[in-house]
This record gives sequence, structure tokens and C-alpha cells, in this order.
Amino acid sequence: MDKGKIGAIMVVGGGIAGMQASLDAAAAGYKVYLVERDISIGGVMAQLDKTFPTNDCSTCILSPKLIEMAQHPDIEILTQSQIHRLEGEAGHFTVTIKQKPRYLDAARCKSCGVCTEVCPVTLPSDFDEGLGQRKAIYRHFPQAVPSAFAIKKYGRPPCTLTCPARLNVQGYVQLIKVGKYQEAVELIMERLPLPGVLGRICPHPCEDRCLRRKVDDPVAICDLKRFAADRVDLDSIAPPQVEAKGNKIAIIGSGPAGLSCAYHLARRGYRPTVFEALSQAGGMLRVGIPEYRLPRQVLDREIDHILRHGVELKTNTALGRDFTLDGLFADGYQAVFLGIGCHVGKPLNIPGEEAEGVIQGVEFLRRWNLGEAPTAGKKLAVIGGGIVAFDVAWIARDLGSEVTILYPGARDEMPAFSLKTEPAWGKGMNIIPLATPIQVIAGPDGKVSGLLCRKMKLGEPGASGGRKPVPVPGTEFELPVDIIVPARGREVAAGPLKDCGVKLSPGGAIEVDEVTYQTSRPGVFAAGDVHTGPWTAIEAVAGGIEAAESIDRYLRGVDLAADRTAGKEAHKRWSKIPQDEAGQLRESMSALPPEYIGADSDKIFRDYTETEAQKEADRCLNCGGCCECMQCVEACLAGIIDHGQQPQTLTLEVGALILAPGFRVFDAKLKPEYGFGRYPNVITSLQFERLLSATGPYDGQVKRPSDGATPEKIAWIQCVGSRDASIGREYCSYVCCMYAAKQAVIAKSQNHRVETTIFFIDFRAQGKGFDRFYERARDQHGVRFIRSMISRVTEDPRTRDLELTFVDEDGRIRTEEFDLVVLSVGLNPHPAAKNMAAVCGIATDKWGFVETPPFETVKTSRQGIFACGVYQSPKDIPETVGQASAAAGVAAALLSEVRGTLLSKVVYSEERDVAGEDPRIGVFICHCGVNIAGVVDVAQVSDYVRTLPGVVFADHYTFSCSTDSLEAMRQVVEERRLNRVVVASCSPRTHLSLFQDNLRKAGLNKYLMEMANIRDQDSWVHQGDPEQATQKAKDLVQMSVARAAMLKPIHELASPVKQRALVVGGGLSGLVAALTIAQAGYQVYMPEIQPRFAGSLADKMRRTLEGYDYRPFLQEVAYQVEAHPNIHWWPNTKITRFSGNVGNFRCRLESSQKKWEVEFGAVVIATGGQEYSPREYLYRESPRVMTQIQLERFLEDSPNGFSPTSTIVMIQCVGSREPEHPYCSRVCCGEAVKNAITIKEMRPQARIFILYRDIRTYGFKEIYYKKARDLGVQFIRYEFERKPEVTPVRGGLMVSVFDQNLKATIKLKAEYLVLSAAIRPDPIAREVANLMKLPIDADGFFMEAHMKLRPLDFGINGIFLCGLAHSPKFIEESIAQAQGAAARALAILAQKEMYVGGAVAVVDPEKCVVCLTCVRVCPYQVPVIDHSVPAAYIDPAACQGCGLCASECPAKAITLQNVTDSQIIAQGTALAAG
Amino acid sequence: MTDTWSPKIIGFCCHYCAYTAADLAGSMRLQYPPNIRVIKVPCAGRVDIIHLLKTFEAGIDAVFVAGCIEGECHFLIGNIRAKKRVNKLKKDFAQMGFEPERLEMFNLSSSEGPRFAAIVTEMVERTLKLGPSPLRQQERAAWLAGQPKAASG
Repeated sequence: MDKGKIGAIMVVGGGIAGMQASLDAAAAGYKVYLVERDISIGGVMAQLDKTFPTNDCSTCILSPKLIEMAQHPDIEILTQSQIHRLEGEAGHFTVTIKQKPRYLDAARCKSCGVCTEVCPVTLPSDFDEGLGQRKAIYRHFPQAVPSAFAIKKYGRPPCTLTCPARLNVQGYVQLIKVGKYQEAVELIMERLPLPGVLGRICPHPCEDRCLRRKVDDPVAICDLKRFAADRVDLDSIAPPQVEAKGNKIAIIGSGPAGLSCAYHLARRGYRPTVFEALSQAGGMLRVGIPEYRLPRQVLDREIDHILRHGVELKTNTALGRDFTLDGLFADGYQAVFLGIGCHVGKPLNIPGEEAEGVIQGVEFLRRWNLGEAPTAGKKLAVIGGGIVAFDVAWIARDLGSEVTILYPGARDEMPAFSLKTEPAWGKGMNIIPLATPIQVIAGPDGKVSGLLCRKMKLGEPGASGGRKPVPVPGTEFELPVDIIVPARGREVAAGPLKDCGVKLSPGGAIEVDEVTYQTSRPGVFAAGDVHTGPWTAIEAVAGGIEAAESIDRYLRGVDLAADRTAGKEAHKRWSKIPQDEAGQLRESMSALPPEYIGADSDKIFRDYTETEAQKEADRCLNCGGCCECMQCVEACLAGIIDHGQQPQTLTLEVGALILAPGFRVFDAKLKPEYGFGRYPNVITSLQFERLLSATGPYDGQVKRPSDGATPEKIAWIQCVGSRDASIGREYCSYVCCMYAAKQAVIAKSQNHRVETTIFFIDFRAQGKGFDRFYERARDQHGVRFIRSMISRVTEDPRTRDLELTFVDEDGRIRTEEFDLVVLSVGLNPHPAAKNMAAVCGIATDKWGFVETPPFETVKTSRQGIFACGVYQSPKDIPETVGQASAAAGVAAALLSEVRGTLLSKVVYSEERDVAGEDPRIGVFICHCGVNIAGVVDVAQVSDYVRTLPGVVFADHYTFSCSTDSLEAMRQVVEERRLNRVVVASCSPRTHLSLFQDNLRKAGLNKYLMEMANIRDQDSWVHQGDPEQATQKAKDLVQMSVARAAMLKPIHELASPVKQRALVVGGGLSGLVAALTIAQAGYQVYMPEIQPRFAGSLADKMRRTLEGYDYRPFLQEVAYQVEAHPNIHWWPNTKITRFSGNVGNFRCRLESSQKKWEVEFGAVVIATGGQEYSPREYLYRESPRVMTQIQLERFLEDSPNGFSPTSTIVMIQCVGSREPEHPYCSRVCCGEAVKNAITIKEMRPQARIFILYRDIRTYGFKEIYYKKARDLGVQFIRYEFERKPEVTPVRGGLMVSVFDQNLKATIKLKAEYLVLSAAIRPDPIAREVANLMKLPIDADGFFMEAHMKLRPLDFGINGIFLCGLAHSPKFIEESIAQAQGAAARALAILAQKEMYVGGAVAVVDPEKCVVCLTCVRVCPYQVPVIDHSVPAAYIDPAACQGCGLCASECPAKAITLQNVTDSQIIAQGTALAAG
Repeated sequence: MTDTWSPKIIGFCCHYCAYTAADLAGSMRLQYPPNIRVIKVPCAGRVDIIHLLKTFEAGIDAVFVAGCIEGECHFLIGNIRAKKRVNKLKKDFAQMGFEPERLEMFNLSSSEGPRFAAIVTEMVERTLKLGPSPLRQQERAAWLAGQPKAASG
């Protein structure tokens, strides 16, 4: 064993490619880490409604794989993860993974969904491609794996980042939106103790940054806060229960800073004392702001609430006058907060200022607000333009004074202008802008008699662009006034701080540390205006919050600054504003008419109604995603939500990586001419899938996004973002033609009246069964196909219908209206793949697709790193699945030495024999949190169940699937000697295997488990009827108990696996499959039923379209096969007999010398194909007619075979797409283009005409089609009804063709005619099919088990398929399929033994009358007649467990174990009796 | 006591499509009448005539079998076989004078939660019109007595 290699494989990407690669790699014996970016796996396939060409429901075929992924013990799914770093080499890589937080414990999430019900945040659903909505806590779809929910967080929203106090604005706005006012206020009050106050007076910088501004107006955040605060009784909000702390803390000043600091200290358990110099608390809030802007009752209520937290208030106690800082410390105070504000007005500094009648604005307001009516005189002048100036003016006006406002700057620069002062503007007062006082004139009594002023003008713009006012000499004038109120700002009072021992700034403010708010004196902290100078209340509150944190740390002896800058980072990654976000007028608490305004009024602004408030809150764009309102935390009964989760970094060791990052559909906005994003009824094809889906935004109804109407005319435009050099997307996206046809068919089957039209260039139906689908869509379903490229879409803005102009079948230009236009968008590599490729160090092409070496499409430029799916090239689901298997196969071959070294091993205790015991049934009833218990009375159900026969135990559990409940269950099984267990909970589809596993751990056979589905099929669907739901739960449990009593242990039999493979077919596919299996460490038998190579189609080919020579590769493979010790090759040997089942097949071989038998566990069928030998167009009659393969050899062997100016005509679809062979041979268009390019490059003068029906150069082959056109190759389209005609003429051939584009017959004289002949299956396929009982389709190709998800499997387990035996394909595609088939075989060969039996059919030979009914009815041909008995025999290893035979057997000799007649009937009878 | 009768209906649902659709109806919180009790079978083709007969015999008022869409059966043909049996039994019922409407076969895909709810609603409405199973003689008599005389309309 190579000790350096690691037996683990990392798969990147959880779409269908990643899932298949994971399942195959795990089955082959490797530990698998699946790394997925999103919150769940499933990829784009999970979004699809149906899949072509079978129209299978996408969910139906995907979800069993999802469940298999979820339950596989050796697959570890890492969601929300990306590769961050990769080191090492093939066999041993070290990978660093970064995992984003899910914000909950996924392993313990019960997926009950209660959280989404309480989440107030709705975001556009990315799963529904933006057409629907989802919550911020969500999962993409009900069957998602992992089933756990996840929380989506973007950056912290700009409102919160702008708020100095960091209020969770989005949170409380969302709570208001859903009417949870109490919760909203509680959320606000986690930071802000004064919601009603700030809801009135805050200058709300948050609104200036609100992203809603980009749509229309910002959300009225401040008004909403006031609305919520006014609606909630603060008495109902209890202070938090915390342990009381004894430290004495002094808060000096009861303004917003002091109150905030006291409040937050009290919430931490302290009992601070607040000292207030004035008679009432509130600071500037009380004495600086008049009643009409801040009603006293609001302020009083909120201060009272703060005091109720245990804050002591001492009024009329002033610092410096009544006490000192030193005194406080001496009294045992351990920390002091200084928040004494700025209460001193700035002097005017003009002569005469000391005259009686000059009163500072702050002083004026203080007196007014404290109830001491200030003198307003007869004529009063206010100097200033701020809010204080206006408050003074309004009060003076109401006191009967004639008011003049003097402001040195321009009128519109007055600071109050931007505030909520509009209602009072100018009413009854004289405003003089551009004027400044220069002298106070006093009378002889020392009282003011006038004010001398001077006019100003705006000066020249300064460096900052602002124009400073400058005095205009000679413009002095006098205002006759008796009161002058300077209101030009405030200062910190110097007196009280004089002896505090704290460092002051030159302006007199206290200097503090920016983070901790600690002053220069230890234990003394300061914030608010005393530190900032006159500033906002919210800034003061913010300072108080931070100071409280510091004081707490200071008292606890913790570092003051540690980890405090976090959360202030400026996130910019907010959720995108939806394109279609409609403008909505801002509901604002608009100003009341001016007549209501007055100094005695307590309201300037009216109140919101509830409807208005909720409507306004609903304007919030939720740019932060989750709003952190914590409603989910409250609601989650499992208690698993953790909003503080941090990103994780994981380091994993793996031997190989398989990259399957998948794709995103083309961004249709890059083709603006189609109007996507502007016209609501232009949607992408992926959006249309969501419309069709029953789980989509309209529950499966196709509706127009603009008006919800059912469309009657739908158009598809093909090649949007494909085959388009103008936007740099030259390749063909492979799937669009087919998915459009599928969508049109499904739309028609839903609504027969709908008219569907597909506008296309070439219809590309190159896959197996595709052409038949296309024809059915056209001929049976009536889908209209129009071969015309649409250049633009125009919308009728009135009806929102869409107009398309096109050229119709007759060549006329027509215009038609449609209700809905679907853009068939192409596939682009997932944008995240770019970074992944860089980290992994692998080469990609200019579009970002991975570059692979020639012929081996699953390898990358780096050894040990493989790739598959659309990341390699655009492709459909079966190709993706096949390629994923191939990647798993080559990775397994690389790591063969360390296979099985890292697999999990579960040891179960020995099973207790319950034979002969009477049923002792235990019933475990689940609450599923409130999911069941919220509707069903689980206690009543338990009581009832205890009365049922056989039940010895019944109880109910909060979550029966939680680890502790499972343990309790095991304990009860042992203590009560239970021999049957019933769990009444959710669906057995998702949880039966979990409970069965638990039963095994408890020592009971797993078939003794039964479940009653009382959630998905009861409590969830009868929420409004608890009584009936409870009755139904009783019935369901009773039915389950009745069935449980009938359950019998079933012992699955271990059957040894013959760990060897048989490969049938010695062409390239067979060789590659054999080599892959051999390299993975297993023996391979290759009886040569046809000569190797010679005759194999691959051997006749020379080069790929891309120019790579096949031959060296083929020779290398052949050499390796011959040299490999694990491969046993017997030439000229036939298989004459074949029998057995998966893991245990045998066949008889015969050569001319001997006959012998071999045994093996798995089979790969690779019988290959042939080129059709045409019977048309003079082939074999004229030496001038050849096939493409012959042409390629001719070009290589006789490079001068053509004259330089010769004319060569190629005819496509010879033997393909015809009534007898209605399939496309897939490779011919590429072959024709390849040979045409070769000729053109050798003989530029040669004239080449390719007569075609549709050019199907899918994927990157499209590039060569363009190249051929650029080189001058002419393409002429003919239709099947008017095939070309060929007649021999002298010196050549005359080819006559009706050109469908020109609508004219063209005659071409050709030197050579080249036929693109069809691919046919090798005739030997029929022999093999008969021998092994394998199905063959109408075209003679083998039929796989499932076209979409099991393209390489047969319905019979253990036999696999690849290459041309499956369908026509290119050599590199055959190679990938061969590697894939090998991987599928490895999954069986890796097992030493397989367990067979279980829920399978068994025959009672005594009863069997050998009537052959079972033989006829079994869809899998499993029953055989054992003539020695005689009776039918059903091989337990082969039986699929459907029970058809049991139901049809006339003698009732067949029993389907675990689903017996008596078990089924017991359930019905129990219900009827109950 | 006609007001106490509430139909009892059994739906045999195949594991792969119908039962999954029933679960999906739950995930989508679709509300439908509570009269339905589902019995899960691996395939609609597992449902035998004897199961249907015994269920009716026990006194269940209506029964339906729900399998995958035709052509999409996980076991290829199980749903077709089930349909044959159901149709045969319906014919027999008609001859016996037992309302064949009490038995029905449905096909749906696993993503059709809404259709499952619609199927249940339809069966319940149908059964409410038919009244209690004739095999529940007492309830049926009481129900018939409570019916308005048909002739009056």
C-alpha cells in the first residue's frame, strides 16, 4: 500500500454531477467530502419542472438521489463552503475549506419550519429565480438536503452602520411591519432607553443612507420608531433579570448621555446614582427642547422606566456646588461618569452685550421649559438660524412679542431649514438673512433699546466651494428691540469641571479615549455634549452605551478596549435591489396644517395609523437580509439558532478532487434588445421552469408576471447568449432547443388553448431520443417551430404584450404579438468556478470552462484533479451523469491502493430472536416541536394508544429524532422487552431508515419498525381542525399498530461478490472500460467476440474536429490493455451461455480449442457501432461518392487527390432522421465541418457545399462551424420532403437541391460527393441482448435503465453500458462513458459481499401451481420456474420489490415480505373498527 | 344521527409518487378534508383486489389507489396493472349494485402536492354524496332517513 495516498475524494459542487460523482466514488470505496457553495445540494436540476425527452418529473428522479446522499455514511456534505487553498499532489492533497455560517446547528435542525413563520423578512427567492419570495430563514425546497434551514445575512445595513448608537433599524422596522410593536420596542431598547424621545427629535442620519433612496425616498425610520414607542406600555417591559452588583457608580448629569449610561449599567445589575443640578432630570432634552416638539409625558415616561431599572436620581445636586469628584471617590464611589452637557450660550462678543434684556437662547428656553416664563418683551430679536433660534422665536411670538430673526448667512443655509420646522416658517415673524449684529444699544436705564446691525453679502467661493458671508460696509441699520436673544451655539460650562482633574480640550470639552470614553483620570468616563460639544442626542446615547461598557469592564478589571472595534466595519455587500421594485410613496408623519402649530401644542406632527405604519415599514428593502430581530430564536423549540456563528476554516486530506461547479444561466440583461429586466413579461427559460413547477411561485400555474393573467400565446427565442460572437459567447449551449420544446409541450399539456411558438436557427436534437421528441412536439402537440432569429422585442406599455418581428416560412416579414416571451438562455460556467480554478491551479478557457486533455474529458491540466458536467462543456443531464461516473471511475483508479481505508464502520449488537413472542409494541409519538403538538393532542393520542392490543408502552417526545430521544427509545426497547416499535411522527420516506438503524442498535431486526405519518399527512394539512386531526392521528397510529403486530423479522442474506468484471466488446469503449476497472485493482475478463480494433469504428477514424490524432491514444490504450496483468483477454472466443445476478454472474465461453466458465460480479456492454453503408446517392455506383470516413482517409492518404479548384458537395443526414431510422447520428455535422475545413485549408480555391437539414455542431463544435463558414464553405439547407438529387454527368456528378432559404433549386456540378452516413449499432448487439436478456430500443441500441439518471445502467442490476452500443457519439464521449460504466461496475466490485433479500417476493412452493403468471407479469423477468420442485423461484438478489407478482399470483403462493396481504388488510380493518 | 357520520376513506399510495406528493402537500401546508388515511405501498401494482375488497368489507366508505403518471412508473408497469384491477373491480361493483364511484384510480407525480389535495377533496365530496357504505347498515339507514326526499326537487 502506498502510505502517502489518501483514500478520500473531494467533490466540489452539489448539482447532479457532484452528487453522482459522490455516490459512485463512495460506492467504489472512498470517503467523500462534497463541497457545495449553496445551503443545499441539488443544483439547477432541483429547479427544473420536467426533464426532456421523457418529460419525467425532475423532483421525482432527483429526490431519491438526494435522500441517498443525505443518508450515505461515507459522504460528508459541507454546504456554504468553498475551497480556499490547495496543496500537495495527486494522491495526497491538503485542502483548506472556508465555510460560511448557517447561523444554526444544521445537525440538530428538525426542519419543522416554525422559524420561517415568525421571520418578518421577505426576500426575493433565488430558487424561484426572483419570481417568488422567501424568508430570511429558509430552505430552497421541501426535499432539500441537508433539510436544515439557513439564515441569509448580507452586510450590516447602512441604517444601522450610520446610527451612532447602532440601533438595529432593519430589525425594528420589520417587526413593526408585522405588527409586533412590543417586540420592536424591546429591540430598540436593547440599545436606546429613550425610543419615544429620539423618535421625535433625532435628526436621523440613518435615513440619509437608506438604500431605498435609490428607488424613491428613504424609509421614514424615525417616524416608525416614534409610532412603535407610542403604542407600547413601558410597564410591560420588565428589566432583565441579572445578578445585582454592589459597586457604587456616580453618573453626573441626567441628559441623554447620563441616562443611557445609567440604563445600561442597570441592565448589567449595577445600581448607579444620577446627580442632576436642575430640579428635573433630562438635561437638554428637558430644558433645551420645548414641549411641542417633545411632550413632557413622553420624556417622563421613559425616564421613569430607566429609574425602575434600579437607578437612583438626586436632583438639585450640582457638581462643584454641592459635591466634588474627589468627594465622590472618598464616599466609596468606584467609577464616575461625567455627562453634564453644554448649557452655556456663546456670547455675541459685541459692544453692549451686558445690557439688561440680552438673554442667551439656551437660558431663555431653560426658563420656559422649567415653567419660569421668560420675558419676551414687545419686540424681540433672535440671532441665529438653528433650532434654538426658532424655538425661541416661536415661543416669543406666542408670548405676544414681535419677533425678528437675524442670520448672517443666506436664508436657505439656515440649519433649521433642514429640520422639521417647515410648518412654522415665517408665520408671524420677520426673518432677515444676510445680516449680523454689531452693537447692542442700551437706554439710560441700562436696558436694551435697539440692535445695530450690518448687512452681509456672500463672498467668493472658498476652497471648499462654500461662499462665506462678508460684511457690506455702509449698510448699517438699527432694529428697535427691547429683548435680544443670542442663539449662536452652546459651550461647556467651565466652572464645574475646574477641580475634576480631567484633561480638557482647548475649547473646554473633556478629552476621552475614542473607544473607551475614559478620561485622563482613571475611573472617570465622559460622553455627550461635554465631550463632543453641542451635538445630537443619539450621539450622546451612543457615548453613554460605550461608557457603561467601559465602566463595567473597569469594575471587573477587564481590558477596556479589547474587541471593541468589531461591528463597526463598513459592509458593502447588501442584497441587490430587485429590478422590479415598484416605487412607493413614503408614508410620512406629515406636518399638520400651520393653524395647529403653536408653542402650547404638544404636537407638530400627526400620528400614523397602523396601516400607514405597516405600509411604510414594508418599504424597507431588507438590504441586510436577516434583520436579527431574534424572533426565530424565540420560536425555535430545538434551541439551535445561533446568530453569532462565525465562519469556519477546515483542513481536509484527500487523494483526488472532482470539480463539478456547474453553471449559471446566461444573464439575459446582456442582450438588452430583448427587454429582460425592463419588460416584466420577458422571462428566462429557468424562470419558466419555475412557473411550470408545482412548487413554483404560482403553484404550477403559468401566469404572466405583469398581471397574473394566463398567457394564451407564448414565444421562445432560442440562442440567447449562445452562438453569439457579438457578446463573446460563440459556443452552442447544447440543451436549449430541447428544453424549449419540452417547455412548450408541458405548457400545452397544462392549458390546451395556449399557442406556443419557438423561434430557432437550427434545431439541435442530437441526443438519444431527442429527434423523436422534437417531431412529437411539432406534429402531435402542435408546437409551432419557426426558423427565424428574433432581433428584438418591443412592448406595448398599455397591455404589456410583446411584439416580435420575424421572417415566416414563405419568406415574408411578419409581426406578431405574444403574451409572454421566454428567452432560451445559454449556459455559462458558474462564476465561482473562476476562483476555484485559480486556487486549484487548473487551466480554463476564455469563458471559464475547464480545459481537458484530448480524448479524456474528465481530466484537467493538473494530475489528480478531475472535472465533469457543464464545467467541462455545455451538456444535458444524462451526459453529465455519465461524465460524473467517469470522473469517479478515474479517481478510483488513481487511488486503488487505498480503497476502503477511510470508510465508516458501524457495529451493531446481535439481533434478539423474537420468534414465538407475542407482540410487545412500543409507540413513540413525536411533537415535532409544535408542528404536530400544536395541532394534534399528543397526550390524548398516547392515552388512546395504550389501550390498543399489543401495546405495552406509549409516550410522547418533543423531537423523537433527536439524539436523546433515540437513546431513550433504545432504553425502553430493552427495559420493556419491546419486540415491535411504532414511531408516529413525520414521513417514513425521510426518517424510516434513521429509526430502523436505531432499532438495529437496540438489538432488534430493522423490519420490526413501523411509522405513522401524523405530521406531513395530518397536522400540517389539517391545521384548522385540531379535533379531527387528533382523531386522524389516533387512527393512523392504530393502523400502524395493527400492521406492527403482523411484522416479522426479515434476515437479509450476505452473498459473496465475485470481485471481477466481464467486458463485452473489444472496441475503444470496451478497452477503456476494461483498463479503468483493471487499474482500480480488479480482474477483467475480455472474451473477444469481434476482432479487436480491426473493424471497430474508432480504428477507422483519424482526427478529432479539434485536430487531435486518435491513433497514438488508441495504440497506447491497446498496449496497456494487453500488458495489464489484471486483464484476461481471449481472442476468438464466444459467450454461449449467461446467467446469474448482480455480484454473482457466470458465463460459458467457447473458443475453437476449449469451453470453460468464468464468474464475475459486474458486466460492461460495449458492443460498439458501425457506419451505415448508404444505398442512396449513387454510393458504391460512382467512384466519386464516398462517406465522411472515406473522405478523411482519402485526404490523409492522397493529399493531392483534389484539383485545386474542385467542387465538393456533402450531403448530411444520409440514413439518419428518416422514417425507418428517426434518430440523429450526432457526429455527422461535426465530421462534415472537420473535413470541409481540412480541404479548405489545403485548397482554399476549392468550392465546398454542405447540404444540411439542421447543423448540429453542439457545444464547442459550433466554433468550427463558424470557422468553416468564415473559410467560405457554403451551407445549403434542404428539407426531408425535397432531398437532393444526384445524377452522373461527364467529369463529375450533378447535384440538384432545393435551397430552403433561397426558395430556389440550385444545381451543383461536383467532382466528389461526400455522404454523411448514419451510425448504426453493431449487429452483435442483438445477439448479446438475447443472451443476457437486455432490452434494445427501436433503433437497435441498448436501452438504459433510466434515460436521465441511470444512462449507463441497465434495469438489471450489475450490467452497464457505454459507447456506440448506447447511441451515436464522438470518440471522446465514448471514452467518458466507458470510464463511467467502469465506475458503476466498481461500485459493485468494491463490495466483498452484498446483502440480498429483505422486502422482496418469496414463493411458497407448496402453493405454486406453475401457472407462469409471475413470469409474465414481472417487469424485470426475475421469476423462473425451477422444474426440479416444480415451482416458481424468485431470486432475492434480482427482485426489485414492487410486489406485482404477489398481487397477481392466482394461488397466492407469492408473498412480498414486509408488505404482506395480512399487513395491508390489517391496516384497513383497524381503521374501520376504530 | 346523520350529523355524526363522516366518511372514512383509504388511499393506497405508491412510495415513489403519490405518497411523496401527499408529503409535499404537507410541506406546502395545503389544507384538505381530514377523512383520508393513507396506506403506503411500494408500488400501486402491489394493491391487490383482495386488499380493496377486504377494505370495503371492513366498512370503509371509499378507497382510491394512486400511482405514478402512466409511463413514469418506478417499476415500469405497476400503475398500469393497478388501473386494470381497479377498473375490473369497478365493473364488478356496478354489477353487484355497489356504487363503483366509491373506488377510483389516480395518477400523479411526486411534485404534485396540490393535485393530491385536490384528489382527496374530490373523493370526500363524492363520498359525502354517496353516503355511508352500504356495508355499514345502521349508519346508512340513519343517513338515508336524514336525506331530503329526492322527488321534491
